[in-house]
Amino acid sequence: MKDTSAEGDVRQIEPASPGQPNRLPGGRLDRATTLPFTFDGKAYSGHPGDTLASALLANGVRLMGRSFKYHRPRGPLTAGSEEPNALVELRSGARREPNTRATTAELYHGLVATSQNRWPSLRFDAMAINDRLSPFLTAGFYYKTFMWPASFWEKLYEPIIRRAAGLGALSMKPDPDEYDKGFKHCDLLVIGSGPAGMMAALTAGRSGADVILADEDFEMGGRLLSETFSIADQSGADWAAQTVAELSSLPNVRLMPRTTIIGAFDHGIYGAVERLGDHLAQPAQGTPRQVLWRLTTKRTILAAGATERPIVFNNNDRPGIMGAAALRTYANRFAVTAAPRVAIFTCNDDGHRSAADLHAKGVKIAAVIDTRPDAPRATDYEVLAGAKVTDTRGRLGLTFAEIALADGAARTIEVGALGMAGGWNPNVHLTCHQRGRPVWDDAIAAFVPGGTLPPGMVVAGAAAGALSTHGALSQGAEAASAAVSELGNRTDPDNLPEAEDAPVAQTPFWYVTGADRAWLDQQNDVTVKDVKLSHREGFRAVEHLKRYTTLGMATDQGKTSNMAGLAIMAELAGKTIPGLGTTMFRPPYTPVPIATFAGRIKGRAFHPTRLTPSHYWAKEQGAVFVEVGNWLRAQWFPEPGETHWRQSVDREVAATRASVGICDCTTLGKIDVQGTDAAVFLNLIYANGFAKLPVGRVRYGLMLREDGIALDDGTAARLAEDHFIVTTTTANAGKVYQHMEFVRQCLVPDLDVQLISTTEAWAQYAVAGPNSRALLRKVVDPAFDISNEGFPFMACGEVTICGGLRARLFRISFSGELAYELAVPARYGDALMRRLMAAGQDFDVTPYGTEALGVMRIEKGHVAGNELNGTTTAANLGLGRMVSKKKDCIGSILSERDGLNAPDDLRLVGLKPVDPSAKITAGGHLMATDGPVDAAHDQGYVTSAAFSPTMGSMIGLAFLRRGADRLGERLRLVSPLTDLTVEVEICSAHFVDPEGVRLRA
Amino acid sequence: MIIDHPLFGPRDASEFVYLGDASLMDRPDWKSETAAQDFHAYAYLRDNPAGPHRELWFHEGGDRSWLVITRDTVTHEITRVELARDVARKQRAPQ
Repeated sequence: MKDTSAEGDVRQIEPASPGQPNRLPGGRLDRATTLPFTFDGKAYSGHPGDTLASALLANGVRLMGRSFKYHRPRGPLTAGSEEPNALVELRSGARREPNTRATTAELYHGLVATSQNRWPSLRFDAMAINDRLSPFLTAGFYYKTFMWPASFWEKLYEPIIRRAAGLGALSMKPDPDEYDKGFKHCDLLVIGSGPAGMMAALTAGRSGADVILADEDFEMGGRLLSETFSIADQSGADWAAQTVAELSSLPNVRLMPRTTIIGAFDHGIYGAVERLGDHLAQPAQGTPRQVLWRLTTKRTILAAGATERPIVFNNNDRPGIMGAAALRTYANRFAVTAAPRVAIFTCNDDGHRSAADLHAKGVKIAAVIDTRPDAPRATDYEVLAGAKVTDTRGRLGLTFAEIALADGAARTIEVGALGMAGGWNPNVHLTCHQRGRPVWDDAIAAFVPGGTLPPGMVVAGAAAGALSTHGALSQGAEAASAAVSELGNRTDPDNLPEAEDAPVAQTPFWYVTGADRAWLDQQNDVTVKDVKLSHREGFRAVEHLKRYTTLGMATDQGKTSNMAGLAIMAELAGKTIPGLGTTMFRPPYTPVPIATFAGRIKGRAFHPTRLTPSHYWAKEQGAVFVEVGNWLRAQWFPEPGETHWRQSVDREVAATRASVGICDCTTLGKIDVQGTDAAVFLNLIYANGFAKLPVGRVRYGLMLREDGIALDDGTAARLAEDHFIVTTTTANAGKVYQHMEFVRQCLVPDLDVQLISTTEAWAQYAVAGPNSRALLRKVVDPAFDISNEGFPFMACGEVTICGGLRARLFRISFSGELAYELAVPARYGDALMRRLMAAGQDFDVTPYGTEALGVMRIEKGHVAGNELNGTTTAANLGLGRMVSKKKDCIGSILSERDGLNAPDDLRLVGLKPVDPSAKITAGGHLMATDGPVDAAHDQGYVTSAAFSPTMGSMIGLAFLRRGADRLGERLRLVSPLTDLTVEVEICSAHFVDPEGVRLRA
Repeated sequence: MIIDHPLFGPRDASEFVYLGDASLMDRPDWKSETAAQDFHAYAYLRDNPAGPHRELWFHEGGDRSWLVITRDTVTHEITRVELARDVARKQRAPQ
């Protein structure tokens, strides 16, 4: 590069790429290829190897976003995933992706990015008025201001605040891309591919261990790509490339670039997000965009490196002010400078390295401002020892920095970029995901991993506080040798490549005295002033500070801000930083899209549905379906001319009660109970007795929880001395089965009894109505007597139908009519439904759905899920006498507690409106006909309600205090929610055929 | 988490559901004079140790076995996994 320093104060940089004024020579770019892209509609170009941030900087764009609260103009602070500021909306349409860090977004051909949180434009943002109002918008502002009236919060305050303060907006369209999940196992997971991680992977890989090397970056090498150090006799970047080539050749090593380890979970499990399609306009055909991996590891080496910390001074957030090491990364790796003229503000030697590297690339160094009076000298540029940056200027980007010199004199320098070198913080995040608690290391004035690390994890390199290249290489090699030898592999004798081993001492310098409007957390707009206010108002504990000011609570979890905030609070509180403590880091390490957690589990797969055997037949009939548990059940079957569901349901009920109806009841849980002790077992499970149930008979059974509350109800049919079939409600099938297995295995392990769920194995149909027997006569083989005498109410048995198909027949009734349930192996379910419908033509057979089923069971006063609601006892249900006192059963003892047996307990009753046209709603409460309507005067509540075509009015089931003694009484049903007040009369819950004549017919 | 099932070896915790304290296996005698108090303690009173804890897990996505797992509630380390049925039988065996 020719020397252009004579051309004036601002040295001209020879444009290495046309139209990219800030492009430098060198770097790790493919300059033969030019990638066009747009930002806020304006066209720019970059090269493969660029990030969006580096390409924008190359094009002279420093302003990339507006801040969260004050809408301050912001540019990138970093060159990595710790970035708080440069958040943009990437892509457009359904693929729009808000809050994407420009510093990690890989540039691709045709990339479209838009700035966010500004109106009407990034350069002129009307909401920047917040910055002027900042005296009012301090920490705790929302808590103090928007306190009352409470209803205003949802309606007024929150929408306004959300509009004014915020990040990007969602597209509100379904994500068109695929996401996936996967599982991997390895001996050793190495997190981070800088010198420590690379050396660890190489050492372990050569030993033959199964190794995964993961790095969030698209190019492996970590900090080696950003530095000019050499390793052995080549550049760090070349050594990294050579090592990647060797690792790629090893079949036992898997390299996972573009993969972020997001969390360290129990038992050596790590979460990882691999971005397969984020660097493309859209993912390749058949490739997921991202994969969420669950990595099961035996050992892990955390080589996550370190994050440079900024220095805090007034107006330290202007575009162009960034980490000094980030400037170095942009220069060395991305061949770009944020501005032609740069100053460095440092408190340690590392800042001078940035100055030297930038200078070597031809960037004009206006000054190196070093807080140390004994700062090292330089020959190529001015070093201001013992000086500090006190303020900056520039509305949309840095133009001037104001400096207080060692002698107290002030000086103003004109610069477009200012690098802050406050030292390095080890990236301890993943060590904290379980029980690790970082400890303070005075030598580097930073927290290093401490406490109990996740089992199997060792930390190496800068993440462990070893900040030299040699330190990283040797710690990586040692950690890997130790890990693989514990697993029984042997490593080669040490052949560590030579590298710099400069002693690293970090003198802490957190903030410039007098700084106030000085930003700590740039993503959440937390300033030094906020921390001072938090201290004054007593929020001094580190966790209180965090929540009161929101310091470190943004999506970057305060990677660049927490330390300075802690330092300032420690100073105000008169404590040391370790004395104040540190906040914890939690997964995920960087934000993860919800789509990635969902993977393929979306849409139908998110909520799978189970289909009944008659589903396709019902669909052909035009049935309307409803979800019950995971099942899709026919809700009703509309006929031509029916315009309202009530018409269909009323018809189905009337037709069933008049002749015969069919309903698919396959979804009810079926548990097969076998063994010589089956009856003994059921005696323990059910509140009522089953030991004496004869073979060929069914009995209604009520199960209690151990605390005496009803768990579930159903029937148990005894097919043989040692064989029962238990049915459960649809929703509780899994829970009851689990409960029965618990009792069997944990409480009565010596009983000879076996359980298996056969819900899916048998298709089962209720055939109900006065003509049900006549209909069944046409399908049940003649050898079987199903007359009222031969097969009475509550009979059961194995039969054959349709000329030899094995089936089970139960004479049970939910509707209150003469009724049966007929079960066949599930694969015959569809055929049986069609056969029953054909055979029933003579009787005008009617299929009915769950609505008609519900109406008929309310008419009959049968309890269901609404009544078995987890708060009701057998006594509440009117089934108190079923709880046998002659035997042990689950729930028996605790059901006798006084609290469950008060004289004014709730009892199940029926109710009907005094005015037959009035409405009854489930959920309404019962009050005296006059007097107050409040909780103190509450006498009960309605659980189920329906229009009864049989009664010609709405009817309901309710729990009412002393309900059994109050038949005929009038009460007021109120539902303040639906603004309903109806006078009702209490009656028996058995509206239809209370004597049970029909079902015994 | 990984649960080392006595019959199947290491399995992912997502195959299991959690119930709670293994003392639920020690169901009192319903005929005892103190049955009401005993069942109250059985149903409601639990230790909440910071450290090793014996607890019941159900292999719902597997063989439907109930397991007694000794897990450290502080570290989540699992030190022992037994079939609940074996444990229950041992408890019932004459001393």
